[in-house]
Amino acid sequence: MAHAHESNTKRIWIVFGILSFITIVEVYLGILKPAALHLQGMGTSWLNWIFIILTLAKAYGIAWVFMHLEGEKKWLRRTIVWSAVFLISYLVTLFLFEGSYIFDTLSPLVKW
Amino acid sequence: MEANIAVPTDKKDIWNGGGGKPFGASYGKMMMWYFILSDALTFSGFLAAYGLTRFKFIDTWPIADEVFTHVPFVHGDFPMIYVAIMTFILIFSSVTMVLAVDAGHQMKKNKVAWYMFATIIGGIIFVGSQAWEWNTFIKGSYGAVKTTEGKLLQFVKDGKQIALADFVIGNRTDGRVQHTKKNGLWFEEEGTIANYSVAQVIQAYNANPEIQVRTELIDLDKKQKTILSREAGAAMLARTDRVVEGANLEENEYGNTIFADAFFFITGFHGFHVVSGIAINIIIFFNVILGTYEKRGHYEMVEKVGLYWHFVDLVWVFVFTFFYLV
Repeated sequence: MAHAHESNTKRIWIVFGILSFITIVEVYLGILKPAALHLQGMGTSWLNWIFIILTLAKAYGIAWVFMHLEGEKKWLRRTIVWSAVFLISYLVTLFLFEGSYIFDTLSPLVKW
Repeated sequence: MEANIAVPTDKKDIWNGGGGKPFGASYGKMMMWYFILSDALTFSGFLAAYGLTRFKFIDTWPIADEVFTHVPFVHGDFPMIYVAIMTFILIFSSVTMVLAVDAGHQMKKNKVAWYMFATIIGGIIFVGSQAWEWNTFIKGSYGAVKTTEGKLLQFVKDGKQIALADFVIGNRTDGRVQHTKKNGLWFEEEGTIANYSVAQVIQAYNANPEIQVRTELIDLDKKQKTILSREAGAAMLARTDRVVEGANLEENEYGNTIFADAFFFITGFHGFHVVSGIAINIIIFFNVILGTYEKRGHYEMVEKVGLYWHFVDLVWVFVFTFFYLV
């Protein structure tokens, strides 16, 4: 590690503040559910997009600062992050397409 | 040719025994990272499967903030507040963990021990909260009825869900007895039977004109569950054959069966990770106190368990979003 012996305490608390703030925003929006964000959107509602982006931001904060990926060698970081990002996006894309296909096929058969 | 000969030459191929450090990381740290990567893929598999199932039932999926509305010691309707508190607890225990790692870099044994201790306490509080959450979920708070084809009907008054106990009067009247191994077939038994019979619920519905039936179907314009008129509700109730209270792996009062299954499976698997994380943290905590790492000259072990602990926090961030928010 590059900064093995210097203290990062201040930075850790700042990141904690950011993560907490993001969580508060998420919960606030989740309870309030403003109609303009909740009922409209592209693909899914704007609110869901906000939640997903904020979650990725939190994940970045945890992985880069708390798990100290920022201090690792570039290619160690890439073996981890790229593997995860490519495989997970592939899996999620296929699964969600498949899920909506099943819905399109089966839901007309259910009478409410 | 010498490049192809499997004889140790510059010690780069013996890794931990030699001085070689691929990517500048020690063997233990790198393997912890790759374990985390594989575990992350496992969790993604679960969450993606959850996504598939949810997309499959997109028009009837339970709305999370109508399900998770309870806070311990407080009465009333507080969607998501408690999960948010749990998220804070876990993020905070992540902070104490990273502070322990930081203190380890400065070789401050007591500080490391105290921060590890705080992390363990945070983890225990989180698991306790999770247990409470499960308990509330399993017990259920409203109750519902199910039609013969498996559709779930809940009851609302003025647009707000009400419990069966709020409008059905008295105890179960049909004299139904729980089937145990002692009073029926010796090789079969059933779970706790509901507090009310279907007939009682229908009778109470007919006697209370202000109560309406809510179906699972989501009105996509409002993103709310559809509430039926009194007549349509009565017609639906005529097709019911059982009362559902609480949740288990076979049925639940919140809606789709698989919703509860996914809840138990995903939060359970995460909770299992937290429990094992606490166990590992406790071991490392005692090692710190005993001075193992002081003698070794570095606190890298704290850093490695720290990685695992942060990973547990990282997974929770995603579970929180995809289970409770989206």
